[in-house]
Amino acid sequence: MTPYALLVAPFAEFEFMRRALVGVFALSLGAGPVGVFLMLRRMSLTGDAMAHAILPGAAIGFLVAGLDLAAMTIGGLAAGLLVAVGAGVVARATEIKEDASMAAFYLVSLALGVMIVSLKGSNVDLLHVLFGTVLGLDDPTLLLVAGIASLTLVTLAFIWRPLVLECVDPSFLASVSRSGGLSHIVFLALVVMNLVGGFHALGTLLSVGLMMLPAATARFWVRDLTALVVVATGIAFVAGIVGLLISYHAGAPSGPAIILVAGAGYAVSVIFGPAGGVLSRLLPRRHLEA
Amino acid sequence: MNPQLRFHDLTLGYERHPAVHHLNGVVETGALLAVCGPNGAGKSTLMKAISGALRPLHGSIERGGLDPRDIAYLPQSAEIDRSFPISVYDMVSMGLWRRAGLFGGIGKADRARIAEAISAVGLEGFENRPIGTLSGGQMQRTLFARLLLQDARLILLDEPFTALDAKTMSDLLDLVRRWHGEKRTVLAVLHDFDLVRAHFPETLLLARTPVAWGPTAEALAPENLLKARRMGEAWDERATVCEDAA
Repeated sequence: MTPYALLVAPFAEFEFMRRALVGVFALSLGAGPVGVFLMLRRMSLTGDAMAHAILPGAAIGFLVAGLDLAAMTIGGLAAGLLVAVGAGVVARATEIKEDASMAAFYLVSLALGVMIVSLKGSNVDLLHVLFGTVLGLDDPTLLLVAGIASLTLVTLAFIWRPLVLECVDPSFLASVSRSGGLSHIVFLALVVMNLVGGFHALGTLLSVGLMMLPAATARFWVRDLTALVVVATGIAFVAGIVGLLISYHAGAPSGPAIILVAGAGYAVSVIFGPAGGVLSRLLPRRHLEA
Repeated sequence: MNPQLRFHDLTLGYERHPAVHHLNGVVETGALLAVCGPNGAGKSTLMKAISGALRPLHGSIERGGLDPRDIAYLPQSAEIDRSFPISVYDMVSMGLWRRAGLFGGIGKADRARIAEAISAVGLEGFENRPIGTLSGGQMQRTLFARLLLQDARLILLDEPFTALDAKTMSDLLDLVRRWHGEKRTVLAVLHDFDLVRAHFPETLLLARTPVAWGPTAEALAPENLLKARRMGEAWDERATVCEDAA
């Protein structure tokens, strides 16, 4: 097979592949940076919990209007924000810690979502909601995903400084500015938005994968914050392209293919990554003079 | 001259139990004041309250018209995430927050000031080092550089020299003296009485209630230190409502 047939032809010949390509590009632009901050704030599992939490919202949208973009998006956004706020309130108002309350919320959400979709629709519908259809992105969905990516980048530019400062030295930020709490809430909203954008392409369960895997992978190669964001975004996009190609040539489901490629990248990085990977620890280079 | 700080019957504490009890007094603008006292005497609590992070249980603090956010405050153990990938340069430049805020550009003049602050604490060459690679002393130098940039009229230092070697301590002490020379008001919580006697003209000896406040030699007189040491640390679970406040 020529390189052209392997790498370019699928996109050149089929419109659904080109749409999928645009979709994963937009997803990467939003999810890459958001994932890096989730990781640095030690909130990786929070992202996962919120991804699960979106399911019942999307399912209720599905219940009301079928496989309708607007209804499922609004349902997902509402449910995600509700769980983010609800878990926060439970953690602050009771003696339970935030991670435990997150776990409680998302387990209930997941069960509820599967229940709703199963009662109303077929197994195919359930699979669609759980694992998405990156190869079936229509114009409105693409516009939504691209819109979310654009909004994410602009918003991140707005809250970049307080967000960074809130991670590094929260008490200093509190002593010079009141923007810490607000930037945290805005950031949580960004997480939910990107998960909702991702769920149309990758499903509720896997959308968080394009957020966390590239961020965790990038951490094994670079240490600087800006570099982390750029590299994570790049990794997400490359994983998207390779995943789409594998899914095309092998006839495999595209969403899981994309996340598995990202996972393979992560596995390689754990071993070979120069910034704290296994090999760099087992085989340290000789120490320097000063 | 207007005083920088005025305490009116100030009582501070947690869950109604006082940690600082009925403090009255004035810190003149440009004062260099050491705050001494045993552990649990309310020194850090006082710093927190002046910085605006803690509301008084009773009484009030006048800050000479200063917004609490314009006060530079170095807490005893800052909750800094040392693993966060940020460089010394960026960490120091946060001192410009009140001027630059969310978007304000960092221009040529600002860069010069950042470079000046970094060199003033002796960290030239460390600009691009991630903060995770710094030693304890280098981290404290970084935080002092950030304080320099904050350019505050009132500076609060909570045990700034703890666990530092002699060289680092004397370098940072030079900065404190420089601030004093620039007529800034500096309050520092300190445990080293020799250091206080040598460099701080005025001392507040605190043991929940103020034991002595005045010229350092008098405030740290043996009878005052003895009095301070007798202060009970434990809070009384069955303490009744303080009637002095009425």
